[in-house]
Amino acid sequence: MNTQTTRARRFGLNLFAVIVIVCSVFPVYWMVNMSFTPPNQIISRNPSFLPLDFTWKNYVTAWTREAAPGQTDFPHALASSLGVALAVVVACALIAFLASVAIARFAFRGRVVFIVSVLVVQMVPGEAMMFTIYNMIDDWRLMNTLIGLFIVHLAAVVPFTIWMLRGFVKGVPVELEEAAMIDGCSKGRAFWKVTFPLLAPGLVATGIFAFIQSWNEFLMALLLLKGYNLTLPPWLNSFQSATEATNWGAVMAGSTLIALPVVVFFLFVQRRMVGGLVAGAVKG
Amino acid sequence: MSATLTEPDAAPRSPKARPPHRPTGVGPRKKKPLPWAPWLLLAPSLLLLGVMVLYPTIVMFIQSFTNLEIKNKMLGTSPDFVGFENYIEVFTESDFPAVLARSLGLMVVLTVIIVALGMLIGLLMTKLSRGWRLAVSIALLLAWAMPPLSATVVFGWIFDTDYGLVNWALNTITGTQDFRGHSWLIDPWSFMMVLVIIVVWQSVPFAAVTFYAGLGQVPDEVLEASGLDGASAWQRFRFIVLPYMRNVITAVLVLETIWNLRIFTQVYALQQQGGLASETNILPTYLFRQGLGEFGVTAAIGVFMVILLMAISYFNVRNSLKEEEEEL
Repeated sequence: MNTQTTRARRFGLNLFAVIVIVCSVFPVYWMVNMSFTPPNQIISRNPSFLPLDFTWKNYVTAWTREAAPGQTDFPHALASSLGVALAVVVACALIAFLASVAIARFAFRGRVVFIVSVLVVQMVPGEAMMFTIYNMIDDWRLMNTLIGLFIVHLAAVVPFTIWMLRGFVKGVPVELEEAAMIDGCSKGRAFWKVTFPLLAPGLVATGIFAFIQSWNEFLMALLLLKGYNLTLPPWLNSFQSATEATNWGAVMAGSTLIALPVVVFFLFVQRRMVGGLVAGAVKG
Repeated sequence: MSATLTEPDAAPRSPKARPPHRPTGVGPRKKKPLPWAPWLLLAPSLLLLGVMVLYPTIVMFIQSFTNLEIKNKMLGTSPDFVGFENYIEVFTESDFPAVLARSLGLMVVLTVIIVALGMLIGLLMTKLSRGWRLAVSIALLLAWAMPPLSATVVFGWIFDTDYGLVNWALNTITGTQDFRGHSWLIDPWSFMMVLVIIVVWQSVPFAAVTFYAGLGQVPDEVLEASGLDGASAWQRFRFIVLPYMRNVITAVLVLETIWNLRIFTQVYALQQQGGLASETNILPTYLFRQGLGEFGVTAAIGVFMVILLMAISYFNVRNSLKEEEEEL
């Protein structure tokens, strides 16, 4: 190949890369841009591509105004979302950790059955059972409570996190534990002192995954909560479809605030995850 | 869709990429000193899944054969068994068949576009220099990380009837005012187009990153050798890359198929922004909009959905299990 065609090829590839980058980033940029644009500028026939008349006003509106009459405001929805998500993280890490140790470190009758169940449950969705679960939560007098939502979210994330953590537990060579046991540790102590610290990244990744799932979950929150108990996704939903003319700047500010923690967390773990994915695939 | 976050097992699926057989602690311990220990460790998850998944599944199955309604709940009366009546009603007297057809159609379109674009971008990433590759991955991650509801709100605004960017751009390009006040969401077909754009935008990153990881498994020597033998780029892709990637592609296909049948947030939120729900419902939004009332009928739809998804996930479960058995 002569240099000219190589150069043309390179140009073509980089052009394709630019298209991918612009398409991926633009909607996110547009959301942030709109959130800093004054309301009268937003509803203008000529969009401004840079927030030249920069304003924080949309954020103030999003933060202070009720989603709709009789519904919660942002700080309360934030507290609800945070509370549910953090409870899910803690409970899920604990439950999934125990289960993943069981299936990665023990041979027992029923192991494969359990693994199949976890895989199937992970695939088959709560969406199908929404009203059955609704009735169940209602029967337990947990309707419109954050505890009810917490249980639903927990059950939704646990199957996948068991599967995910199992990979991390398997990744720690059992020989390390055996060496510690030869040095005089008990089995439990060897696990606690040697294997557990090596699982920390796995637990963090699992926790962040559980957090994001609960934070983003919309359907069950929409079905189970109302009024002052809304979490952030149903808050945003009410906020944008309130009867009066939608305040788009404030809606964009709200979306940005909701997206922010997810994007930060995601970038933080994803590095490790993509790295692990690629390394695993290349090295085997 | 951030269930896509990690599928650690999705990429390194090829048995060739596995390390030589290494006992995972399962093999050598023949005497089983603590027979109850694994069950103790499993107890919390068994309890949770039993109460929150198994029990409602059974209840839903039973209710699907009854005429349970909200008034039974209010009055505390028990419903009657009606056999397959709910199923017959759902498939003959409601708009469920149309919803099902729409769901399946959307699923196929989305999955094909996502897998094709994902593969293209995955291939692109193998050919880029380090800096460009990093920029592309960060951009992809940004789209991937956006909460589905935020993403839908933003796209809804971009396609807004009065102040949307798309209408402005089309007016500017054509030099007319034809698109002034053009409503994209009111027409079911253009609603679906906007929906496809949103879902594809969020889903392609997972496919691309996974395929990129999988492409790393294809040995360079084989590619080079075939290149020297005169194979064209397409031939190399078709006869060398694809066979190596079979497991990765299958996994992504199955996962995307299931996820694309389960979309709720994007469809619901877009309907809120001006779509006609009756013309654009897919399975989960249809079920949701049935509302509280005829629980027997919604249970029948739920049972059908579970069976459908289990049938699709069969392949993925079998794949994952095969690996599991290889290790034992």
